[in-house]
Amino acid sequence: MNSFIGFVKKEFYHIIRDYRSLIILFGLPIIELILFGYAIRNELTSAKIGIYDQSNDHVTHEITDKILSSGYFQLYGYLHTTQQVDKAFRDGSVREVIVFGSKFSKKLGDGEHADVQLIADASDPNMSRMLVGYTTSILLNYEQSIQTPGKHQLLTVVPEIRMFYNPELKSVNLFVPGLIAVILMLVSALMTSITITREKEMGTMEILLVSPLKPIQIIVGKVLPYLVLSFVNVMMVLGMALYIFHVPFRGGFIMFISESMLFTITALSLGLFISTTSSSQQEAMMKALAGLLLPTIMLSGFIFPVTSMPKILQWFSVIIPARWFLVIIKGVMLRGVGIQYLWKETLILAVMAIVFLVISMKKFKTRLD
Amino acid sequence: MRTIRFLLQKEFLQIFRDKGMLPIIFLMPLIQLIILGNAATYEIKNIDIYIVNKDRTPVSRRLEEDFLSTKYFTISGYSSQVSEAKKSMQEGDTDMILVIPRHFERDLKNKHFDKLDMLFNAENGNSAAVSQTYAQSIVQRFTRQWQRNHPSLTPVKPQKLINIDTVNWYNPELDYTSYMVPGILVILVTMIGMFLSGMNIVKEKEVGTIEQLNVTPIKRYQFIIGKLAPFWILGLGELAFGLFAAWIIFGIPMVGSLVLVFFVAAIYLLVVLGLGLFISTMTDTQQQAMFIAWFLMVVFILMGGLFTPIESMPVWAQKVTFFNPIAHFIEVMRRVLVKGAHISDIKNQIIVLGSFAIAIIALAVSRYKKVSA
Repeated sequence: MNSFIGFVKKEFYHIIRDYRSLIILFGLPIIELILFGYAIRNELTSAKIGIYDQSNDHVTHEITDKILSSGYFQLYGYLHTTQQVDKAFRDGSVREVIVFGSKFSKKLGDGEHADVQLIADASDPNMSRMLVGYTTSILLNYEQSIQTPGKHQLLTVVPEIRMFYNPELKSVNLFVPGLIAVILMLVSALMTSITITREKEMGTMEILLVSPLKPIQIIVGKVLPYLVLSFVNVMMVLGMALYIFHVPFRGGFIMFISESMLFTITALSLGLFISTTSSSQQEAMMKALAGLLLPTIMLSGFIFPVTSMPKILQWFSVIIPARWFLVIIKGVMLRGVGIQYLWKETLILAVMAIVFLVISMKKFKTRLD
Repeated sequence: MRTIRFLLQKEFLQIFRDKGMLPIIFLMPLIQLIILGNAATYEIKNIDIYIVNKDRTPVSRRLEEDFLSTKYFTISGYSSQVSEAKKSMQEGDTDMILVIPRHFERDLKNKHFDKLDMLFNAENGNSAAVSQTYAQSIVQRFTRQWQRNHPSLTPVKPQKLINIDTVNWYNPELDYTSYMVPGILVILVTMIGMFLSGMNIVKEKEVGTIEQLNVTPIKRYQFIIGKLAPFWILGLGELAFGLFAAWIIFGIPMVGSLVLVFFVAAIYLLVVLGLGLFISTMTDTQQQAMFIAWFLMVVFILMGGLFTPIESMPVWAQKVTFFNPIAHFIEVMRRVLVKGAHISDIKNQIIVLGSFAIAIIALAVSRYKKVSA
């Protein structure tokens, strides 16, 4: 037992003395959280538009004013030829061009159709959909406002919309749970796999193996410091999320901690597994990046909704622990539900943890080849 | 020149002999391209809708059908109790609840007016907002249809009409992959360049073989060229491979000139490799190098306009992205491949990337010393 404590101490020293890694380890989550909280947005704020006004009369000016004062758009400039429109799109100066047809106000007054063409840069489909949507609704509103009031009422169904759990649609609320998953993966899986392969690469693994330490002690000793580190890290992110970004925390704290622990153990066992299959740090790192971190970011529902993916990827996402962890964390933090709603996901995570742990323990070689 | 050639030979031998790394260098990007190209979409395809119909008349049934006949909505439950629906949302099985009030049909006929309750699970704000626009447009279509079917209720024809015609340039089908894939290629090339080059020199440091190189008559510039050139070639090869795969698998458009793409990529890779080199001069172990490279990658990707548009960021953040090489190269890739931009359209990006390349390589070379501390 004494030698084990000594070994754990050695591992802690290794980590704490490497201040550069430590700074990053704690700096990365903070910067990510700040980026997600302040900088990363999906909403439309000031998209650059061009106006190609072929009639140039008071109505088109009025509409232009309405569009520009909506807050979504910013005027890049007036364009006068189709060549200019072409050029403005190609060099990325505008996202949308509004073309008013000729004799706009005259046609409108005569009861004819006045023409507006919206040209959107659909190389970003999401953006162009939003741009066209906003512009159309401004135009329709204008159309409505200039009608002479008639006797008949327009038939209307008014949807009353309520957004649950996140009424301001703040993206940071969604990102914090995802970020916690990514950090736990980064610290637990990536770091563990690299420290173990490092001992292999440097040749010091041999020294550890001939020591009186049991293999299980070596593994636990290697893993323990990272367990502590990831715990501190999660607490830090959670604290920032709650006190700086006011992300709601509606569920139970104990539930949150125990689920995080469960996920950490799953991640650690994955890290162990990778280290047993690689011989160099580079290899371990690339495997962890490609096999663990990217799926955690891309396929877990962190940024992109799982249900929008092709069926094959949806099936594939089933084996990604972070996918289940995200469901749990979102449930606990945003919806405030307890284990009675989340036992299924918890069970899946637990099974994954046990399976990987057993496999990597079995594969951990006590001999060099 | 001969020295450089030998150095290059050594590096290439090392890269191609490493049986563990080789598949990672070539297979990983392919797999990532396939997975990310398919996964990275903001399009919402499957909204689980729970319908609470308190009216149960033909009209309300038609509204239900209007929702379910689109490809966007799948029914997750049906009842006349809102509390049931809310429970289902709490369990996470329902994204949206549609409540059709009692006397919906009667009110529509008599009062020309009614309210519908739509409740969304807004955990994912973006999805909720998109679902809401879908739902609203369905309701709009429903009312229009209803008016057409009941001419007696239709109001006088509006006299002033604006005819709106929408054109989606460059991507008329609003296909998401042709937007994402060029950006993903940038990430792949960057990863190979930054991580491999960053860790390469540190590895020599960590294992101790750097001493052997330092005592040889190899000059500083020769050493640097010998270390960077292999990854520069590898990166360009990777890009060619990735573009080919993207063209085969996703059929992404290649409107502009590929020569231009590779020209900019050649400059861009210098920036990335310079960064990797700079990292390796700052660190002692591969773990540290990897961590710093990862840190930079994450910030660059998040601020690069790949997933979220740069225009949507606050102004200070937009200014910061000027220093992000990934943002410039993603912009170039999208403009050239999708929009067919000419060299004059992207000259700013080329100038910026070129200056970055010169600055970072100069910095890295000046920091690299042949004497170890």
